[in-house]
Amino acid sequence: MSDTGIGASVRRKEDFRFLTGQGRYTDDINRPGQLYAFFVRSPHAHAQIKGVNKAAAEAAEGVRAVFTGADMEADNVGSLPCGWVVTDRHGEAHKAPPHFPLARDKARYVGDHVAVVVAESYAAAKAAAELVEVDYGELPAAAETGKARDADAPQVHDDAPGNLCYDWVLGDEAEADAAFANAHHVTKIDLVNNRLIPNAMEPRAAIGDYDAGTDSYTLYSTSQNPHLLKLILCAFVLGLNENKLRVIAPDVGGGFGSKIFCYAEETVCTWASRKVKAPVKWTAERSESFTSDAHGRDHITHAELAMDENGKFLGMKVDTTANMGAYLSSFATSVPTYLYATLLAGQYTTPVIFANVKAVFTNTAPVDAYRGAGRPEATFVVERLVEVAAREMGIDPAEIRRRNFIQPDQFPYQTPVALQYDTGNYGASMDMALEMIDYAGFAGRRSNSEANGKLRGIGFSAYIEACGIAPSAVVGSLGAGVGLWESAQVRFNATGSVSVFTGSHSHGQGHETTFSQLVADTLGIPIENVEIVHGDTGSIPMAMGTYGSRSLAVGGSAIARACDKIIEKSRKIAAHLMEASVEDVEFDNGTFRVAGTDKEKSIAEVAFTAYVPHNYPEGVEPGLDETAFYDPLNFTYPAGVHICEVEIDPTTGVTEIVDWVAVDDFGKVINPMVVEGQVHGGIAQGVGQALLENCVYDGSGQLLTGSYMDYCMPRADDLPSFRVGLTETACTHNPLGVKGCGEAGAIAAPAATINAITNALGILSMDMPASTEKVWRLANTQQMAAE
Amino acid sequence: MYNFNHHRPGSVDEAAAALSGADDGKLLAGGMTLIATLKQRLASPSDLVDLGAIADLKGIREDGGAIVIGAMTTHATVAGDASVKAKIPALAALADGIGDAQVRNCGTIGGSIANNDPAADYPAALVGLGATVHTNKREIAADDFFTGMFETALADDEIITAVAFPVPEKAGYQKFANPASRYAIVGVMASSGPAGVRVAVTGAGPCVFRLADAEAALGGGFSADAVTNVGVAADGLNSDLHASAEYRAHLVGVMLRRAVAAAG
Repeated sequence: MSDTGIGASVRRKEDFRFLTGQGRYTDDINRPGQLYAFFVRSPHAHAQIKGVNKAAAEAAEGVRAVFTGADMEADNVGSLPCGWVVTDRHGEAHKAPPHFPLARDKARYVGDHVAVVVAESYAAAKAAAELVEVDYGELPAAAETGKARDADAPQVHDDAPGNLCYDWVLGDEAEADAAFANAHHVTKIDLVNNRLIPNAMEPRAAIGDYDAGTDSYTLYSTSQNPHLLKLILCAFVLGLNENKLRVIAPDVGGGFGSKIFCYAEETVCTWASRKVKAPVKWTAERSESFTSDAHGRDHITHAELAMDENGKFLGMKVDTTANMGAYLSSFATSVPTYLYATLLAGQYTTPVIFANVKAVFTNTAPVDAYRGAGRPEATFVVERLVEVAAREMGIDPAEIRRRNFIQPDQFPYQTPVALQYDTGNYGASMDMALEMIDYAGFAGRRSNSEANGKLRGIGFSAYIEACGIAPSAVVGSLGAGVGLWESAQVRFNATGSVSVFTGSHSHGQGHETTFSQLVADTLGIPIENVEIVHGDTGSIPMAMGTYGSRSLAVGGSAIARACDKIIEKSRKIAAHLMEASVEDVEFDNGTFRVAGTDKEKSIAEVAFTAYVPHNYPEGVEPGLDETAFYDPLNFTYPAGVHICEVEIDPTTGVTEIVDWVAVDDFGKVINPMVVEGQVHGGIAQGVGQALLENCVYDGSGQLLTGSYMDYCMPRADDLPSFRVGLTETACTHNPLGVKGCGEAGAIAAPAATINAITNALGILSMDMPASTEKVWRLANTQQMAAE
Repeated sequence: MYNFNHHRPGSVDEAAAALSGADDGKLLAGGMTLIATLKQRLASPSDLVDLGAIADLKGIREDGGAIVIGAMTTHATVAGDASVKAKIPALAALADGIGDAQVRNCGTIGGSIANNDPAADYPAALVGLGATVHTNKREIAADDFFTGMFETALADDEIITAVAFPVPEKAGYQKFANPASRYAIVGVMASSGPAGVRVAVTGAGPCVFRLADAEAALGGGFSADAVTNVGVAADGLNSDLHASAEYRAHLVGVMLRRAVAAAG
């Protein structure tokens, strides 16, 4: 292994510009003659828009235009689509009420877009927005997930009766019932997966820039997948030919899923730039991020697990209500279905699983994929269920998991919920995690804590995820409106450097480093000679973007395939230069050699020849520039075991996480440091959900946690130093053997944390977030019961 | 924010003149609350009188048995000041626990007490240590200064110049911080010294208040054991997303005992 190749912890190439303030984000870009947009947002969760009087705002100083939904309707601007059609248990497509970029008849959540003011300065736009008079007819709101389907619940959309988006099932209910009929014991739990607000460090922003000379648009946007944004805007919303829109997503400061989607603001900026004949810029204020970024999670679930007398799992039944919010965001429907219920087998051989998911509309912000997207919710159900089962059955929590693990010789393993796991060794991760945490020493540590008046608990989470979101044929059969391959173009420049154009967008993941290592190692060139280009539909082949921990498994595999094409073409040129037959030319670490001779040519020399083809093989095109589209054969299945140890102060209810061990199997690892960083960040978000973060709407649909004064993000002093270990079973179906690591921490962490807290308190159930008051009350109740 | 006239006077007298000359003037100290309020368009003063250039309002000095802190002294300065750390370490620690580093480098003691946020730390320090507020017109005992939620005894044209803290024999401050904002859900300052035995609670109610039962109990011996059973009723205490009144009442007792223990 070289110190910059595959497997090396190369320091991140991109960090110099980020850490020295030289990153270039959307808000850093300013276009000549640029105007500024400010959105008039509904202060009501549910209200008729009886009229909008724009006159005073239009007359205000610096204002160029004020637009409403009627103006966009007049231009035939369409609805923001949901790109995944879920077919319900009766064979019907989910209810997809229109979602216009500017509301037309009704505002349906606090923050819904009612009008936009375009002015010469941001301050002028914001000031004039106060002058837009909206005549609202307030309506009662359906604000709570659990009450959305009540008979007397207000209707969010006329065409979604009972606020039901879909009633969907996976698995065979009769088989599940049969399994339960034979059970020795059934464990039942009720839980809430709390609603989260993503809070990327960089708020969303957009600049729409119409060029009258070419009748085309450029959109600068904080997008995780600029190509998909372009496709949606052109084909579904604005009705443009795809050659008329270029989307540039420059440096993006975090997304966690929230920047996958096609939002109203960027749509309006693009459309308005033509109306006002000037670039139109919008940058979210933080409070707008709280109200209008797509939120995450928000499930209510009842789950049951049937077991035999040895704690062997016989069957599982899961009933979930998932909140979609007021409108369907771009991929909202897929999250609580194909990214959730399909993961309910976890790492276990549970033979029968039945899941029923009802998705509901409410008068709250749209809910969509957020780091993990469905898989954290599934893991929370499975790992809470297993933990409670262990306690009820009197079986050690590590042991009950081990008894039910899919064994290494059972792969490929077909689960009862549609997925086929290619490989894994769950016992190996469990062994390493138990050793790292010193499980045998836990009883002693608990005694020491008790002596200090503290309650100590240990919690497990043996998670699995399906990553690499693909393959296209499979997701297409399940309702996806897009293919989920990835593209890469590898361009050998004439003088030996390489430019890689990747469809995977980097917004914190470190692609510029990891992909450079991959290319440098594969082509045998210095890492400094590799440039990674992403985020511009004008320079990169059609692509699918970054989400679902797919960048390396799918995007990296495309790069590897393009590199293979480069090597194969170069081999022909090298063979010609060395007067050998192609079959005799070997390639190793950047050099072509004729087997058994001392003849050799570096790949850089070959590249130069490709562009200065004076002495060149017949029938070979000049140039050295190859593109590959990679469509994987299966998802990848990262899995692992996280163990959390907590110490609780029963006097105050403060939970301190005193130790955290994460043992993950991500397959082959390109850069262990980058992987460890991803695991740390994921755990921090998962712990945030378990202990601190909570998006709360009141009964009237007002957002109560609309700022950092009330919405609690995890901070460094809330977290311990994580201890990370890796096991490895290489993915069997992609050329790199990699699985993906970006979401694992966020998927594993909530269950580990809550299992540790309930273990410490000697209770079975604890809703997230486990706030200090909740913990104090439960600790107190337990203490009183004991006395 | 809305437009306003900006004044940056060089003396307290000039500041007072600018304030009285304005239609709807506001004093700007560290701006940690006011600037955020302006940015959210929740206030629209005609004039802002920025106190940042008045040298007389900054700094910390010892005066007899008291530590006198200029109104425009930042929390970070108080936290790091050698004499505060030596004479009233509980006050230095309190200042060091306000907000985050950015807030501590901008926010001032005068701005904090003039705002009298019910969850701010300094009101507990002033009342719990028996401080005196100096203004351009008079001196006000801390007990009389904080009059209600976001309300003080200050007249409209009155400017805080300094706060004088008598040096206590013992003092301890303990805060149970809101996990999100890190304001006090409950903060308790307990002290014994020239101002008598004092216990002041912030965060729990609409305004800082003294805990007479605790003071009486500690009068017979300043130890945590003396207040084992001292508590406060939940009635009238704050209740919000982060803590119910009942939980706050419980935490008052816990923080009281920890503050007394920390006082040594």
